[in-house]
Amino acid sequence: MSISLAWSDAVTAAQLFAVDPVGTGGVLLRSRAGPVRDRWLATLRAALPPDRPYRNLPLHIADGRLLGGLDLSATLLAGRPVAERGLLAEADGGVLVVAMAERMQSSTNVYLTAAMDAQETAVERDGLSLRMPARFGVVALDEGLEDEFAPAGLRDRLGFHLDLDQFAWRDTEDFPVELDDILAARARLPSIKVESAQIEAICTAAAALGIISLRAPLLALRAARASAALFDRVAIEQDDITLAARLVLAPRATVFPQADQPDQAEPPPPEPPPEDNSEENNDQEQQTPDIDKALDEVILAAVKAAMPPGVLEALRASAGRSRARSAGKAGELQKSKKRGRPTGSVRGELRDGSKLNVIETLRAAAPWQPLRRRQAEVMGGGRPRILVEKDDFRIARFKQRTETITIFVVDASGSAALHRLAEAKGAVELLLADCYVRRDQVAMIAFRGSIAEILLPPTRSLARAKRSLAGLPGGGGTPLAAGLDAAFMLADSIKRKGQTPTVIVLTDGRANIARDGAPGRPKAEEDANASARQFRVAAINSVVIDMSPRPGPQAAAFAKEMDARYLPLPHADATVLAQAVTAATRAA
Amino acid sequence: MATVFPFSAIVGQEEMKLALLIAAIDQKVGGVLAFGDRGAGKSTAVRALAALLPKMKVVVGCRYNCDPDLPERFCEECKEKAKHGKVKTAQVPVPVVDLPLGATEDRVVGALDLERALAKGEKAFEPGLLARAHRGFLYIDEANLLEDHLVDLLLDVAASGENVVEREGLSIRHPARFVLVGTGNPEEGELRPQLLDRFGMSVEVKTPDTLPERIEVVRRRDAFESDSAGFLEAWSKEEAKLRRKITQAKDRLPDVSVPDAALERAAKLCMTLGTDGLRGELTLMRAARALAALEHDKIVTDDHLKRIAPSALRHRLRRNPLDDAGSSVRVDRAIAEIFG
Repeated sequence: MSISLAWSDAVTAAQLFAVDPVGTGGVLLRSRAGPVRDRWLATLRAALPPDRPYRNLPLHIADGRLLGGLDLSATLLAGRPVAERGLLAEADGGVLVVAMAERMQSSTNVYLTAAMDAQETAVERDGLSLRMPARFGVVALDEGLEDEFAPAGLRDRLGFHLDLDQFAWRDTEDFPVELDDILAARARLPSIKVESAQIEAICTAAAALGIISLRAPLLALRAARASAALFDRVAIEQDDITLAARLVLAPRATVFPQADQPDQAEPPPPEPPPEDNSEENNDQEQQTPDIDKALDEVILAAVKAAMPPGVLEALRASAGRSRARSAGKAGELQKSKKRGRPTGSVRGELRDGSKLNVIETLRAAAPWQPLRRRQAEVMGGGRPRILVEKDDFRIARFKQRTETITIFVVDASGSAALHRLAEAKGAVELLLADCYVRRDQVAMIAFRGSIAEILLPPTRSLARAKRSLAGLPGGGGTPLAAGLDAAFMLADSIKRKGQTPTVIVLTDGRANIARDGAPGRPKAEEDANASARQFRVAAINSVVIDMSPRPGPQAAAFAKEMDARYLPLPHADATVLAQAVTAATRAA
Repeated sequence: MATVFPFSAIVGQEEMKLALLIAAIDQKVGGVLAFGDRGAGKSTAVRALAALLPKMKVVVGCRYNCDPDLPERFCEECKEKAKHGKVKTAQVPVPVVDLPLGATEDRVVGALDLERALAKGEKAFEPGLLARAHRGFLYIDEANLLEDHLVDLLLDVAASGENVVEREGLSIRHPARFVLVGTGNPEEGELRPQLLDRFGMSVEVKTPDTLPERIEVVRRRDAFESDSAGFLEAWSKEEAKLRRKITQAKDRLPDVSVPDAALERAAKLCMTLGTDGLRGELTLMRAARALAALEHDKIVTDDHLKRIAPSALRHRLRRNPLDDAGSSVRVDRAIAEIFG
């Protein structure tokens, strides 16, 4: 049985991580649950000292459990506040396994990454103020499909990015891992030497691969150190660096490396800043130090060899775009703070599923303790440590604010497309500028040709909107049904999250592509009306804006099917659009 | 506390470093907001500032860091002490208090001391983070993700310089003047305009994009992580030098004069940009004065104004979403227009 090179790499990554869990940050394991992932995790377990913590971080962990807080039962027993360690502190010295990282709540992600950075957790909750060490490595299990990713902030901090879905079970094999080797490597780790030229080569290679974050070369360096320690070397050697490049840098590459012309392989800036054009570039060329060209070319060759051919093609084709799309995406998907905003607590009774605010209740009971104790003694009988009476109950209050998410569905077909898109884009930006006061969000779907596409997932970031909406293509047929279906699915998922969707359709209503992608006006209109009825059934607040120069009956008809407000606005510009939308959402 | 990377060893990021130094020289400038790329060293710089700041004088045993030289601003406890003769003073590090995102309201404003209430049945106030940050810095990482009710609370205290606690039968007020330092990544959401305006200066942080700079960052970071004691030792001289510079600048600050011409220029700049209110002009003036003090200049000149204007003004512009140029570009344009 032949072992694929990559599976041995995956095993090596596990070993390197085991040698230096904190320094290398962790492993992003992009894989579905299954025997391959289990085998990899078993390999990792075997490489980790059994006496060190190995904790699982479940998806919907409560903040209190993650960070630590007041241990209620111990507090009541002891009659004084007793702190409880959170999961982050419990994982100190070991490994934390994050399940379903792609669906992680954004608050969990923030706490986790803050603890990784500071290597300690700071708790300011429940009347406690604690600092606890939290040095751990992270294994993030990312089961995302296609567009779903673990939060970008977390991915950035994890050294190794492995994609296990490429392996079939028969590709994998158990590798014997000697725990003693790992422990010996851990002992050697602090004394590993690194040369300045090697650091330069790693940075140069990272730059050539279009990796912006500075954490990547740092993590690669740590991985190289771990490799040198594992293979019992005194200093980092070329093999360590190429290994680190394969495991750490290759998965992050955003541009196709051009090893033969290293000067031109500078990464394109993420958003071309207009001010630093000519001058800085000149400086850059002049200052480029006389680095070890040979070594960084070796690294690039290693990275290229590690990238499957398909990836290379995709990178070559889309150069800088892939980065722009993936950045910050995951954080967006989890952005739901639907728990409502706590607005203090009131004295009250426990009923109707109201939530007892334990801390406030204890606070309320606290000053009365000596008095009640005396009373209890007079009454006789056993006495608990803390006497809580009904009067003390404090009920947590939440103010549920429902966020409005405005979904623009833009007809990008035909000749008016460019104008319509530009105005819709302007309206999105105007609304965003206005809506961050209200903390609402905006999304945008465009349809043309035979498909509908979500151009902008729900966001409140103006920066992201600008980037996503730059350079929209237009022209082609009018698949109105597809556009409405996409909008309905998005609106439905928004509703299920407890937010309020408002759908704004910008079209002339002249559908000519049916749901199955076939041209033909009657069928297309029939499909569009059918799609429109879903909105009526689900009672989704919607507005149809007819932007054709001569508003016709078609748009009015399907607006009626949608139970939407119909606004004929020929030649509407961004400002008028934004005003109309604001009025429509207010009315809702 | 874990060892922190020295401030003087941070490569590049001149705008952010300057803004932090100015906030350290004159707290009245009112806070720094650093927004930008991941992994560009925002948090590192703020944490490093804590280690760099010269010590300050406080009343011994005061929970609110009262300044012994300003008896009129004493808290109740210090006023009581002052009646019985002179208060004892001590030199302590300037507090840089972290406001973690998960903080609960009771820890931020302070609340009934649970331990004393439980054990002794006493009603005592336990000061929160705002008290601890008095006369120092309050640092919010990922400021754009902070819960709204905490933001409201901070705004209120930052505006009045006083924390008023009315809860659990306690009625306490204590001074809480602090420099707000926030960092964040604009990809994850915008900051509310009300909070934005509270920051005196706002800087944009980018990952260094020249190769030599990037190499230097990685090299220093690696050296620090491999041998932090040795690294701190190697940089201790630089740190001391910078610390002296801050102390001296603070001393010189009252002697720096602002000529009418400079005031006029500042006002004109703000008018051209259409900033809301007078806060922009005030901050611009104060920041330029602190910059002059830092650079041994006795008079605020156009040069100072020009250099500090982007940080002091860019977050105060009315947003015009249809103007694709970023606010930095607009500030630069206005500067070019006015200063020629």
